Amino acid sequence: MEKILEVKDLHVTFTTYGGTVQAVRGVDFHLNKGETLAIVGESGCGKSVTSNAIMGLIPNPPGKISGGKILFKGKDLTRLQEKKMRSIRGVDISMIFQDPMTALNPTLTIGTQLMEGLKQHRKVTEKEAKKRALEMMDLVGIPNPEERMKQYPHQFSGGMRQRIVIAIALICEPELLIADEPTTALDVTIQAQILELFEKIQDVTGVSIILITHDLGVVAKIADRIAVMYAGKIIETGDKREIFYKPQHPYTKGLLNSVPRLDTKGKLKPIEGTPPDLFSPPKGCPFTARCPMAMEVCNKIYPGSTTISDSHSVDCWLQDERAKQLLATMVTN
Amino acid sequence: MLKYILKKLLIMVLTLWIIITLTFVLMVSVPGSPFNSEGNSNEIVQQNLEKHYNLDKPLHVQYFLYLKSVATLDFGPSIKQPNQTVNDLLGRGFPISAELGLVTIIVAVLSGIILGILAALRHNGVIDYLAMGIAVLGISIPNFILATLLIQKLAVDWEFFPVATWKSPMHMVLPVLALATGPMAIIARLTRSTMLEVLTQDYIKMARAKGLTPWKIIVKHALRNALMPVITIMGTLLAGIMTGSFVIEQIFAIPGMGKYFVESINHRDFPVIMGTTVFYSAFLIVMLFLVDIAYGILDPRIKVTKKEGE
Repeated sequence: MEKILEVKDLHVTFTTYGGTVQAVRGVDFHLNKGETLAIVGESGCGKSVTSNAIMGLIPNPPGKISGGKILFKGKDLTRLQEKKMRSIRGVDISMIFQDPMTALNPTLTIGTQLMEGLKQHRKVTEKEAKKRALEMMDLVGIPNPEERMKQYPHQFSGGMRQRIVIAIALICEPELLIADEPTTALDVTIQAQILELFEKIQDVTGVSIILITHDLGVVAKIADRIAVMYAGKIIETGDKREIFYKPQHPYTKGLLNSVPRLDTKGKLKPIEGTPPDLFSPPKGCPFTARCPMAMEVCNKIYPGSTTISDSHSVDCWLQDERAKQLLATMVTN
Repeated sequence: MLKYILKKLLIMVLTLWIIITLTFVLMVSVPGSPFNSEGNSNEIVQQNLEKHYNLDKPLHVQYFLYLKSVATLDFGPSIKQPNQTVNDLLGRGFPISAELGLVTIIVAVLSGIILGILAALRHNGVIDYLAMGIAVLGISIPNFILATLLIQKLAVDWEFFPVATWKSPMHMVLPVLALATGPMAIIARLTRSTMLEVLTQDYIKMARAKGLTPWKIIVKHALRNALMPVITIMGTLLAGIMTGSFVIEQIFAIPGMGKYFVESINHRDFPVIMGTTVFYSAFLIVMLFLVDIAYGILDPRIKVTKKEGE
């Protein structure tokens, strides 16, 4: 399969008065054409920073891509000048933001905001731009598009605004769409509609999607592959089924266990503790302090990647043969 | 819309009436009269004068005479300069003050906004500190000190500009500079702080994600939202500056209307006090009304009128 995006050993740091935050510490992943990859993790684990890095939207200063490559169709985005990057943003790679209530400019009409990206990047007449905008509004399911174009964001509901945001992101027919928690700010019934819309636009346009989320329900619905992020690293990646049915990393297991379910009774099972401080991230596995299976070695050395299957790999010492043997003897005793 | 304007108009008239009444109360409660300042007039002359200007009548009669003069926009002759009516004074002084004021406002707003934007874009950078340094100086140096400084340096020492009077555009430069610095500093600081806030908004990030040029992002997306507080102070600023500055007009010998405000009160020149007060208040009220309208144009969420059926 053709890889549209490859992120290799990406490092992003933020310099603050308090010191340097290592927000992303060597992230590797790739995205195939037409596929949906979900990046999952709790708040502050570097999901959004990773997506902003791909967009070239890391504010510098204080932020900086301090290492690694972002290859989009073979081109390294980290080396592009801002002007070149601008011609990729919104054209080849688009982004959808978390909160549709604040992502639209309150003082400009929906039509203006829809068409301005198109007008910026393509040589179109007013009429063509309008025609395209109407098509997009139709695609994302907004009734009376003609009339709605002239209205302002405050005249739209949250769900409708998110549809507009999606339409804006798709108007230049990007090949890659980054959706940063696209349903978090919406209520549950609207969430389902928006997720269905994602499936529909992927069918229609064939766009590849990176979905940033902490909501495993969303992931289960639309992702093909999942990357689990923790403390600035991707600790496990795999097909959706592999991650859901055969999770390997204790953190992934903890995440899955902490999802409320209808068929189990009792209290929610959270992962105890908090993520490490990224001002001075631990040398070993960052999950050690919260890990129920932690061993001496976890604290000292970061585990290498273990391949479970073609698509499934995990960074964990439990994959080591000796750990497996040890576990087996503990069970028999 | 018509209903809204009518309602606004009614409120404006009411406000004006309250101002007139308060001014009247203040005027009659301040000791002194227009005639006894020099001590050269005898009892009978003074009584005759008071009679001539209706100052011997009971207060409520005087009050209604004042109201009548306001309603007919005829404030009568000045007491100190009996050969001129109040309307003459305003008609002569206001165009000059307004011209000076308008140029000042344009200079202050343009430079203030540009300075504010630059400072916000280079937040905590050299330009930011420089712009805010200028702003603090502009706010803290009184304009009469700045004016004398400008005259000394630019007019006397280097002879770039004329020292005073009101004849050509060149005569305008120094008073405009002196008058504009304060408002410019206020506007710059205001623009900077709102701009900083707006620049962190999601819709700015979204505009960047669309691949728009920085210029478009700032002018089209940020500035419009950042200008609301500036618009708010514009009404008061415009009214204040366009009706003349006593000090600056004195320093540069500009025959505007600024001096009438102060002199009329010193002389207890009742018709002039009334005339200038009513004029200033009416002007201010109209400006504030325009500001209200401008809000609606800049931010569609603020509707001055509700449309039918909404």
